[in-house]
Amino acid sequence: MDYAAIVVLEILYMIAFLALISAGLAIVFGMMRVINLAHGEFVMLGGYATIAAAKAGINIYFAMLVISPIVVGAIGLVVERLIVRFLYGRMIDIMLATWGLSLLLIGLVDLIFGNTAVSVPAPIPGYRIGHYQMGGYNLFVIAVAVLLMSGMWFALRYTRVGLVARGAMQGREVVSALGYNPNTIYMLTFTVGAALSGLAGGVMAPLTGLLPSSGGAYIAKAFITVITGGAAVIAGTLSAAALFGTVDQLVSFASTPVFGEIAMLALALVLLRLMPQGITGQFFRNST
Amino acid sequence: MAISRRTLVNAAGATALTAGMPLRRAFADGPIKLGAIQDNSGVLDGYGKPMVMATAMAVEEINAAGGLLGRQIELKQYDSQSDIALYTKYAQQLVREDKVDVAHAGITSASREAIRQTFRRANTLYFYNVLYEGGVCDRNCFCTGTTPAQAVEPIIDYAMKKWGNKVYVLAADYNYGQITAKWVAHYVEERKGSVLATNFFPLDVSDFGSTIAKIQDAEPNFVVAALVGGAHMSFFRQWAASGMNKKIPLTSTTFGVGNEHLALSPAEGDGILIAGNYSPELDTPANKKFLAAWAKRYGNAKVVHELAVSQYQGILLWAEGVRRAGSVEHDAVVKALEVGLKIEGPAGTVAVEPKTHHCALDIHLMVVKDQKLTIIDTATQRPPSDTAQYCDLQKNPDDNKQYEVKI
Repeated sequence: MDYAAIVVLEILYMIAFLALISAGLAIVFGMMRVINLAHGEFVMLGGYATIAAAKAGINIYFAMLVISPIVVGAIGLVVERLIVRFLYGRMIDIMLATWGLSLLLIGLVDLIFGNTAVSVPAPIPGYRIGHYQMGGYNLFVIAVAVLLMSGMWFALRYTRVGLVARGAMQGREVVSALGYNPNTIYMLTFTVGAALSGLAGGVMAPLTGLLPSSGGAYIAKAFITVITGGAAVIAGTLSAAALFGTVDQLVSFASTPVFGEIAMLALALVLLRLMPQGITGQFFRNST
Repeated sequence: MAISRRTLVNAAGATALTAGMPLRRAFADGPIKLGAIQDNSGVLDGYGKPMVMATAMAVEEINAAGGLLGRQIELKQYDSQSDIALYTKYAQQLVREDKVDVAHAGITSASREAIRQTFRRANTLYFYNVLYEGGVCDRNCFCTGTTPAQAVEPIIDYAMKKWGNKVYVLAADYNYGQITAKWVAHYVEERKGSVLATNFFPLDVSDFGSTIAKIQDAEPNFVVAALVGGAHMSFFRQWAASGMNKKIPLTSTTFGVGNEHLALSPAEGDGILIAGNYSPELDTPANKKFLAAWAKRYGNAKVVHELAVSQYQGILLWAEGVRRAGSVEHDAVVKALEVGLKIEGPAGTVAVEPKTHHCALDIHLMVVKDQKLTIIDTATQRPPSDTAQYCDLQKNPDDNKQYEVKI
């Protein structure tokens, strides 16, 4: 019984992890159709921002929840103004440009922090369920993911800004005719996407060590989650994260984490064959 | 700093003069070339960086004392960046371009097996100065680090007496972890214990949540972790974060050799049981002298770990072989080492065993406390008996195999 509770908690944690690292990409790719191959590096930069701030004596929660999103959001803003805005609608060119950007960011972090694993201890102690001990920080990750997802859903669904953003993605000319500047909207959307990636990196930093090349560990999982999710940003990300997180952890518990990842990737292949438009292309069609 | 040809020539000339050697001789022979390949960056740099520093220090010390056979040593150090492909590339470079007289190279067992045959074919003497899974039987190769019979058996012996006979094993998923896990099972079964489960992890796995739950479900008396590299550090962190470090004792065959105890906070690391050839806490004149020299050369000696000392000792051992042989020529040096040559290093006596080309070493059982490796027991001159079961290079000088225990 206790063991079942542990398995469920680990599944919830994996779902939260996937949702967190995919949220920024879901906005940038799902809403703007921009394939940002530097997404993993945005997450990595968020982690470094948190670790650097925590080492400088700043409260770790403030570092991961405020400093990381601001730092990475600012980087995203610069990237959008200097590179991405010239390439909207040119999918292959954007991929190439952001891939180059990812290499540049890895090189820069390597220069500044060195090619060495860095980390901070998790700020929350373990807790017990029956005679099992579990990492308490996992619960914090789950809580952050729940708050983030509901916040995004609320913003997109019920606020004026969210409505305009969704409108701009669907009909650029219409929004333009109504007096909004689509360029500004794209710029802000990309910045928000980058900030969310930074948040994910900051929150994950205490659980895993970081290297300049750590982005590679995130980007594949984020992409399969977003693409399998399909067009709807929130419903797609959540449904894909739930599916992959459950499969990954069940297989991990039954065998090893290696087979867990293999099962997740195999499932993604099958799903995309059956549902090329993603889960939300098939189900929950009118969701956000 | 780049060394220009002029400074090098000046330095060589100056030392030749102070050593009282005729200038022509120094130029005619040129320097002795020592090649080294270690991971000075990437996931394994925690192991590699201090090894690179130790290599430079050993070479500088030998040169400052007048060199070997009146010749200076020239160091060719390459950074393999935690990438196996670069090992094979630089090994080729060392034997073909640089034509080195000896190579002290490799960190992971995967890297050693990637380059060992290259050195053997080129007849370039090869030293592997890292603790490993044992069994390499190759007359061209000297292994100066510990093997499972030296550093794993004492852990199992102590832990089973103290905590019980049910063991859970976690290991890195490549030759080091796979073979070490077999030896762990061998030693546990020899003592009538049982291995409840063995889990292997590729070097990039950093999420151990499900593993920690499975360990608790299996209820072992203690856990053996043969984990390697930066990503696997997450296990020790997550183990402590879940509070398990207070409930099930943890032992490790690798912890500490990459200064993991400094990366973890005292609360996270305290109590982990390890065994090895070296602790910075060793209270011997040789170790104190070594740490003082290191602090003088690099500012402080905090980064010194077993692999750095092992690399340093490997170079001293080779240098002593060259002095005894009176030559840097391959076969002469091998023969000089094969008489059972001994040196005194920072970690005690290093004595070559002619049959296996491995070394008898002092082994310390240690426990992590307040970010220090505190010694609780010492066995002097423990032999590499695992490899000696299979390997006899005196009888079969052409052997070229790595033996594994069968279970």
